[in-house]
Amino acid sequence: MASNPDTKIQGGLLGWVDARFPLSQMWNEHLAQYYAPKNFNFWYFFGSLALLVLVIQIVSGIFLTMFYKPDADLAFASVEYIMRDVEWGWLIRYMHSTGASMFFVVVYLHMFRALLYGSYKKPRELIWIFGVLIYLVLMAEAFAGYLLPWGQMSYWGAQVIVNLFQTIPYIGPDLVTWIRGDFLLSDATLNRFFALHVIALPLVLIMLVAAHIIALHEVGSNNPDGVEIKKNKDENGIPKDGIPFHPYYSVKDLVGVGVFLMVFAVIMFFFPTGGGLFLKPDNMIPADPLVTPDLIPPVWYFTSMYSVLRSVPDPFLGVVAMGAAVVMLFFIPWLDRNPVLSMRYRSFAAKFNLAVFVVAFVILGWLGLQQATTEVSEMSLRFSTVYFAFFFLLWFLSKERSAVFSLIAFAVVVGIYTIYDILRFDPSDASLIMWSWLIPTVYLFVTMVAPAFARGLGRDRAVPERVTS
Amino acid sequence: MKTLIATTFLAAAALFTVPAASAAGYDGDLQKANIDVTNEASLQRGANLFMNYCMGCHATEYMRYNRVARDIGLTEQHMEENFIFITDEDGEPVGVGSLMKNAMSDDYGEEAFGVVPPDLTMTTRINGEDWVYTFLKSFYIDESRPLGANNEVFENVGMPHVLWELQGWQEKVVDEDGNERLELVRSGQMTQSEYDRAVRDIVTYLSYMGEPMQLDRQRIGLYVLIFLGIFTILAYFLKKEYWKDVH
Repeated sequence: MASNPDTKIQGGLLGWVDARFPLSQMWNEHLAQYYAPKNFNFWYFFGSLALLVLVIQIVSGIFLTMFYKPDADLAFASVEYIMRDVEWGWLIRYMHSTGASMFFVVVYLHMFRALLYGSYKKPRELIWIFGVLIYLVLMAEAFAGYLLPWGQMSYWGAQVIVNLFQTIPYIGPDLVTWIRGDFLLSDATLNRFFALHVIALPLVLIMLVAAHIIALHEVGSNNPDGVEIKKNKDENGIPKDGIPFHPYYSVKDLVGVGVFLMVFAVIMFFFPTGGGLFLKPDNMIPADPLVTPDLIPPVWYFTSMYSVLRSVPDPFLGVVAMGAAVVMLFFIPWLDRNPVLSMRYRSFAAKFNLAVFVVAFVILGWLGLQQATTEVSEMSLRFSTVYFAFFFLLWFLSKERSAVFSLIAFAVVVGIYTIYDILRFDPSDASLIMWSWLIPTVYLFVTMVAPAFARGLGRDRAVPERVTS
Repeated sequence: MKTLIATTFLAAAALFTVPAASAAGYDGDLQKANIDVTNEASLQRGANLFMNYCMGCHATEYMRYNRVARDIGLTEQHMEENFIFITDEDGEPVGVGSLMKNAMSDDYGEEAFGVVPPDLTMTTRINGEDWVYTFLKSFYIDESRPLGANNEVFENVGMPHVLWELQGWQEKVVDEDGNERLELVRSGQMTQSEYDRAVRDIVTYLSYMGEPMQLDRQRIGLYVLIFLGIFTILAYFLKKEYWKDVH
């Protein structure tokens, strides 16, 4: 009688709990009987790693909160107190600052994976939407947290970003005062940013992460082939290409965790400032409202968006462009109507489009760290154009287009920014404007015009029935 | 696919080569400080020089006396007897566990030098060790300045040449090729190489001061990496074992 596993599981403590809370059911649905495609590759580590970094940030954050003082007179010294006097305080603090940057590294790679294998496409649109929301909240969380050490970069970085709202017509100035809680960035601002950073935003973040995972487990994971594994089930209703997440992917992710933590440890123990990218030297000077630093670059994970902002001369339109750069992400599932999910089976044009987008994003990020010279502004404008053109191309490459349609669409898109170039033309920068015009134009030519004549460049390949490896 | 990954990483690598920040807008060459924070004798000499020549004006107020004593191999008694110059409200020397402040008020500092002498706890982290090293070697006679000295690295600095009795005085001269350089015109108590060593000691001490746990974290980091390496190898074989039956 005891040999019957069913009765065994009903009894004991687990049985008692299961009668009152769906513990075994949840364990099975999300881990032991959640069937994931067997062909996950390198790019599939970053989801679980993002979860790991979230835990690292929350745990290290709790300890920092025990010693940090959210007070304009005490904040800076309390951080140094953590670094010098609190036992292992330096470790906790570096863990948190390294974690902030690594969070964005992992999230950017995770988002790239989704673009690479079409993980945002039907039926996974909501997973993508929740993901972009997580990215948005994460940016707010990082921004609020960056003010807390109350150094020069904290202060002036926050000043720059908060003042962006000033550019909104009519309500701008009042809105900024409302955000700051004062007529200048002050103790009141620090206190509310602390509240947002340690309570409000993390709470929203955790709920969004839960929604992201629940949505994922409802429809099932995508894979590098973009093949729906639920279409091929065996007699027990289990996908033939699926394996239970636990133990297969839990042990596999453990390897990813090990490698990731080694990278994390190398930064945390040997390069905690990341050469000035993760912790800026100027932030070791206490905040001084009367002294503006020469250069106020945002932290690296914001610099791409910051470049988009700087590429537009009008401040308000710049803010709109920066907002649009993030908001566009929400529309990706409905812009890209191509039925093929994975880049493996997409055309050369589609692959090229994604590759150029990644390169443009990285270059924009680098430009955002530089002093705004004429060259930097010009390049920011060109690569911002490429950034936005990517979204148009997602739609354009949804199916094969006729030669006539391709040429007209190409002429219209190139025409738009060429007219803008003519309007803003400045003879002293003539050669710069003219040669940099080639950057978006060559990109658009390769993705739009070339496939119309060399059909092979624009043709997607057949997707196999089952996953390949 | 492979090229796509390669391009991504190459571009990412370009992002990480950010030019180092130069303090006070100096864009000339800096001399290498070549410090060694593990050198206890250098740290002790640096502490001695710093507390006697610098701390009258510059505090290191995020650090405590006893922590410094412990880290650089001095006894608390030695610290108390030789280096604590400030007093509490009752006129008694402050305890060895106190923060390393100084007696100069902000108002006085501003009146005397035009600017409050900054706290130097993290100066090497803000400006870099080479900058501080070069700065301390680059004072020269300039009668147009209120305190008679200017600095090659930090133009029109409010600070006088505090170490003049050690270094002597330099003057700015133009050589045959039209290049400006500094030349020692009156020697001090030290020879040039002795002075270089003294400045190096101060920078060593300040580098320690900027991040007192820097040696700890590297030592601990090594053990953590060894642990994680073993963990990863075991995890890899565990994964291989489990995945044997996946085809």
